[in-house]
Formats: sequence, C-alpha cells, structure tokens
Amino acid sequence: MPEISRDEVAHLATLARIDLSDAELDHLAPQLSVILESVASISEVAGPDVPPTSHPMPLTNVFREDVVQPSLTAEQALAMAPQAEEQRFAVPRILGDEQ
Amino acid sequence: MSDTTRRTAADLAEALATGETTSVALTQAHLDRIAAVDGSAESGVHAFLHVDTEGALAAAVASDERRAAGAPLHALDGVPIAVKDVLTTTGLPTTCGSKILEGWIPPYDATVVARLKAAGLPILGKTNMDEFAMGSSTEHSAYGPTRNPWDLERIPGGSGGGSAAAVAAFEAPLALGTDTGGSIRQPGAVTGTVGVKPTYGGVSRYGLVAMANSLDQVGPVTRTVLDAALLHELIGGHDPRDSTSIDQPLPGLVAAARQGAAGDLTGLRVGVIRELQGEGYQAGVLARFQESLELLTKAGAEVVEVSCPSFVHALATYYLVMPCEASSNLAKFDAMRYGLRVLPEGVDSPSAEEVMRATRDAGFGDEVKRRIILGTYALSSGYYDAYYGTAQRVRTLISRDFEAAFGQVDVLVSPTAPTTAFKLGEKLDDPLAMYLNDLATIPANLAGVPGISLPSGLADEDGLPAGFQVLAPAMADDRLYRVGAALEAALEERWGGPLLDKAPALEGGSK
Repeated sequence: MPEISRDEVAHLATLARIDLSDAELDHLAPQLSVILESVASISEVAGPDVPPTSHPMPLTNVFREDVVQPSLTAEQALAMAPQAEEQRFAVPRILGDEQ
Repeated sequence: MSDTTRRTAADLAEALATGETTSVALTQAHLDRIAAVDGSAESGVHAFLHVDTEGALAAAVASDERRAAGAPLHALDGVPIAVKDVLTTTGLPTTCGSKILEGWIPPYDATVVARLKAAGLPILGKTNMDEFAMGSSTEHSAYGPTRNPWDLERIPGGSGGGSAAAVAAFEAPLALGTDTGGSIRQPGAVTGTVGVKPTYGGVSRYGLVAMANSLDQVGPVTRTVLDAALLHELIGGHDPRDSTSIDQPLPGLVAAARQGAAGDLTGLRVGVIRELQGEGYQAGVLARFQESLELLTKAGAEVVEVSCPSFVHALATYYLVMPCEASSNLAKFDAMRYGLRVLPEGVDSPSAEEVMRATRDAGFGDEVKRRIILGTYALSSGYYDAYYGTAQRVRTLISRDFEAAFGQVDVLVSPTAPTTAFKLGEKLDDPLAMYLNDLATIPANLAGVPGISLPSGLADEDGLPAGFQVLAPAMADDRLYRVGAALEAALEERWGGPLLDKAPALEGGSK
C-alpha cells in the first residue's frame, strides 16, 4: 500500500473540508503513513470468497406506520443555530459571484 | 468523604426504599464530593465537564416526593448518575469533548437519558471524554484531561475516562459510557471499576453522537457487577427510534448477577483467548489474569485455551472501519445549523465552503483530524476496495472466529487492557502506541458481541489496577454478569473488600 504524501494529505483535507495549516500538514502526513503501513498487514488476510461485513447484526429495513409523530418545533430546531432568519437557518453564500 | 458516596447503587436503592436516607441527601453528598475532588482542567480528577447542581437537586426533591407518596418509578428512583458528554441531554450542554460543540444544548434527550429521567435518577452532570470518543486516555478532550483517581499523574483510560474516574473517585455511584473499541471497558480496567459493552443493538443509540455507527454502543459504568446489571436493565431493550435496535427482550441480567454472586460456576466452560495474551502485555496484568482464572476454576468452571487466529488483525481492521465511518459521521459538523461557526480571516463575504473549512479546522482537535483524513483516504475512489472493502472481509473472519469459539465454550476471557494506566502525555503524539491499548477490546465491537471488564487486582510493578474481560455471544449478556459477579465475589473475599478500598485518598476529600 502506498505511502501518503504531504500533497495528498492537503488534497484529502480539501475533500474533508478542513483548512489545515502548513505545520499541521507537516505533522500529519508522516503520522498517517505510519498508521497506513501498520494497517496494510490485513491486505492479504481475507480471500475474495469471504463476504464483507458492514454491520455486526443481520439487518433488514425497519419500517413504521406512516403517521405523524411529535417532533421539534421550528423554534427548538433553530435555537442553537449560528444564525437564523425568518424561521430558517441563515448560511453564508453558497454560489460564487460568477455563478 | 461521607460513607454515602462509597456505597453501591444497589445499597443506596435499598436505603431509599427503607427510608434510611433521601435522594436529596445522597444527591447532595455526591455534589459535595464533586466539589471537593473534581477540581478543574488544571488539577483534581476533572471527571466532569458540566455539573448540574440545580437540576440534580430538583430531580432528587421530586424523587423524594414520589417515595413519600409510595410511588417510586423504579428501584433506582433517586439514585444519582453521571452521563458521558456524547449523549444528548435537553437543558444541559453536550460537547462531546469538542470545541465544535462548545455550549451546544441539544433540543432532545437520548433514549437512554430519557429512560434515566423516566425512572427518576437525578443527573449529576456530563462527564469528560476524548473528543468525539476518539482516544484511549481522555487527553484528546478539548477541555483538558481527566486524571486517574489512583494517581493523578496518570490517564484514566478513554474515551470514557470521565465516567470511569467519576465512579472510581466516588463522585457518582453510576455513570453511562459508550464503547466503540473499548471506551467503557479499558477505562474500567485502568481505574479499578466495572464497565460493560452490551450486545450491539441491545441498548438504543438514539441521541448518541455517533463516531462509528456499526461499532458504537452505550453501556453501564459502575463499581460493582450488580450495579452494572441494574443500570443495563434500565437502559436496555428495544427502541423504535434506533433502526439497529434489537426487537427482543433482554435476558435477566440482575438475576444472572445475583446467581453468579453465589459463587457456583459448575459446568461453565471458559475459553482463554490465546491471541490476547503474552507479548505486549504487562507482567503484573498477566499475573492478576492467571489468578482470576484459578478462581474461576475453583468456582467450578472448566478453563480451556481457544484460538481466534484472526484477532491479530482486529486492530488494523478497526483502524480502517472506524475512521471510514467517523469521517462520514463528522461531515455533519458543517457550521450551518448548530455548533461553532468560524469565518476565515481576511476573506470578504466568505462562501459556505470557506466557512466550513475554517470552522472544522478551528473546531476539531488533532486526533479527530487524523481520523477524518484517514477515513477520507480509505473511502476515496481507487482505494475503497483496498482499504474499506478489505477491512470488511477481515471483519467477517473475526466474527467467524467468535462463532467457532462459542461453539466450544460459553464465555471467552482475556486481560481487558495490555497495561495499567500510563502517565499523562506519554503517548499523546504517538497514535499507534495509543491505539494498542484497545487490542483486546476491539474484537467484540467488530463482531457486535457483549463484554464486561472488572477489576482483577493491582499489578505488582506499579500498584495500579488491572482488568479482566469476559466476552459472550450476542444477546447472551447475562453470562457476563453471572461470570463477572462470581469472580468479583471470589476476588473481594481474597482482598477483604472492594479493590477501590486500596485507592489513595484524594486531596480535598477526607476519607
């Protein structure tokens, strides 16, 4: 399994929407390589005939009757919002100027 | 320290039932103990992030009124409890040990919290933890570490170091924890307390802020096996709000604990997991483990060695599965609807994406960032099969090892953690060394089976507590309590009392 480069960590941080400083990138990249190296040991353990387990218990879809249940009021849902306006979450702009 | 705070929850419930004490009196005694020993981020045990003096006392008054009217809600009505800060509580902050949720007061109760309230247990406060339950030492809390009551320079385990330290320091008779890779059991081992990870799906996860959905489970943190059984029965059972909740009644856990305490394990087959001992395990931890095996044999159990060959891959499997799930789960902390919002410096009219990036940088700590980046990597196109896919297949092998082992024996046992509590700071910037603490606890989470840790004694090298782990098949949680209570009774007879009697007195809390 490949080593993870500093540039790659910077790219992953972009995908994960985290601004990492240069110092953080310097620190994280070698640590992640060490971790990846240690987990690489399992690559040959299970053959392709072994089915994957995503969940410890056998699960089927769980349904309930489609009836209205008590839920949060708008005030409760918005109470901890960083910013709210007209019973809605107020967020920073989503589109760029050119869009 | 008043005698009240040293009593077990079962004993306190009895004292309330007979009118010997009141909920107000014993809630106040625990609040006083917290005030005396908990300290702050800088000193003291620091098990609590928030103490709810007013709310706990109000609940205690209401409990006493119910008792006076002859209508208690539950045997534990009026017995106070502490709750890990990863479980939502209306009216009380829920931070998950993270800056990104500083000051967040949830609009709903976790199902387990709702069940505590419906049974009348006053909630003393919220306990400290590694940020988003990521860690084995509670040092990754954004609000400062919790310290081990046995030695304040040492870690209390993690992620639930706050809950374990709270019961070990007699600040609460009961606490709730959560266990994704050992976060209830490993802190239990290093603080000389009892912790149970129930069968996956046996206790509702609704209102538990998820780290890794397929591994997380809520469970009891206590000083005795019987207390854990009482709390487990209270919080467990089906919850329609959690789609992974098992729609079956729990086995009789309190009954199993009482049966076990009688000390007879005749006919029980105990399997010692060959792969979870030996190299990497501290000599004193292994010595206490061997003694406990001898006591089980003396109680009539048949102890044999069993092999679970895939368990040597459990740690690596876990450190792929967990970051993948965690990176997805933590995507919801996006600065839009709740939690921290940080505007990037020097940017006019920043976009939502720029605000997200700045907020997640400022709000998440190092370990959380490590795991998010690792998970993002392992799930990215081109690597998904090699990492996540591979880990899921090895997970199947680990479950098969459990199935084969439980075909031969009734329970499996191992030391809970490979070492006793290490010094604060010792492994903070060495993620791999930190991850090794969960070597013996992780297989149970991957397979969904239940496990208990109980104290096995003090290691000769350092005089610090070691833990004994018992694992049972899914939905056979009662076996943990039967075996745990039998071993606890035999050990306490040998020690002449509970192990915590040997813990040093804490400054501020006269003994």
